[in-house]
Amino acid sequence: MKTELSFPDRQAAFRGGLREAAGAPALAIGASFLGFGALVRESGLTLWHGLISTATTWALPGQVAMVELYAVGAGLVAIALAVGASATRLLPMVMTLLPLMRQPGAPQRHYLLWVHFIALTGWAVIMRVGPSLPPALRLPFFQGFTLVLWATTLLATAIGYLLPTVLPEAVTLSLVFLTPLYFTMLFLEDLRGHRKALSLVLGALLGPPLFLLSPDWSLMLTGILGGSLAFVLTRNKRA
Amino acid sequence: MQESWLWPLAVLAVAALATYVWRFLGVLLSGRINPESAFFAWMASVAYALLAGLVTRMIVLPVGPLIETPLAARLTAAAVCLFCFLITRRLLPSVLIGGGSLALWLSLSVS
Repeated sequence: MKTELSFPDRQAAFRGGLREAAGAPALAIGASFLGFGALVRESGLTLWHGLISTATTWALPGQVAMVELYAVGAGLVAIALAVGASATRLLPMVMTLLPLMRQPGAPQRHYLLWVHFIALTGWAVIMRVGPSLPPALRLPFFQGFTLVLWATTLLATAIGYLLPTVLPEAVTLSLVFLTPLYFTMLFLEDLRGHRKALSLVLGALLGPPLFLLSPDWSLMLTGILGGSLAFVLTRNKRA
Repeated sequence: MQESWLWPLAVLAVAALATYVWRFLGVLLSGRINPESAFFAWMASVAYALLAGLVTRMIVLPVGPLIETPLAARLTAAAVCLFCFLITRRLLPSVLIGGGSLALWLSLSVS
């Protein structure tokens, strides 16, 4: 994806967001929700449950945890804790994306709906192209971008639910694997700037061992340890 | 209670709320953050490290359906994808070739 984008007005920025999402991003995210749809079916939930989950939770690791815990008959408290722990990443993501997308004069509650649509792909793209756009155009660009992804994931959940018997397992598993591959390439494409690059590398190195240490809290630990270390080491350089 | 048709809906509602609470907290806490500040830069570093850790973990130690695929197959597919990307600089074809190589590995090892 291009790093430099320019739009004459908010409508054009919204349409630009739609266009940018309707390609590799939609395909990569859609592929993993095919896998989610198949998982929903295996767990004995209905297609509607899968669609409601995708529409209202819209954070795949938490949705997978929810379905797996439902399938083994876990209680509501256990489900809330597991899903909540898997969603902690959203806090630093929202805290860094919202200040970039803030519209002059709008109160914070203006964003309560749109934060629901913050997920890894939209976040990474706005963090990259956002600063080059005028502040007033960033939110409409994000809205267009993420609406395409949201609609795609709903469609993919339904297709994944209805089609699991058609595709061989090797293919469905590989489709699910497109998501981490896509994210890896997305970050690799973006290894500009000492601080960002060091944060990504340290996070990648710390993530798996810390997960073995504490599955629930490893993400927060990885972020705080790796991010702080990268921040301190690059303090005297231009980010 | 788990036999009721309401049970799955309760599970869905709890999962949605447990996720949204972090987004809501983010809205509450981000009101005064200046994108030019050191705090913002630190928070961005934390987010990048966290997400890089998540993505690496999804490849090395996946949860969900990928757990049944061998580590060597996933690492090979990631290496193929990376190799294609370094040569072509094109994201989508590299990802598809990487995914295709995993599908190939899995179908060959089954038969």
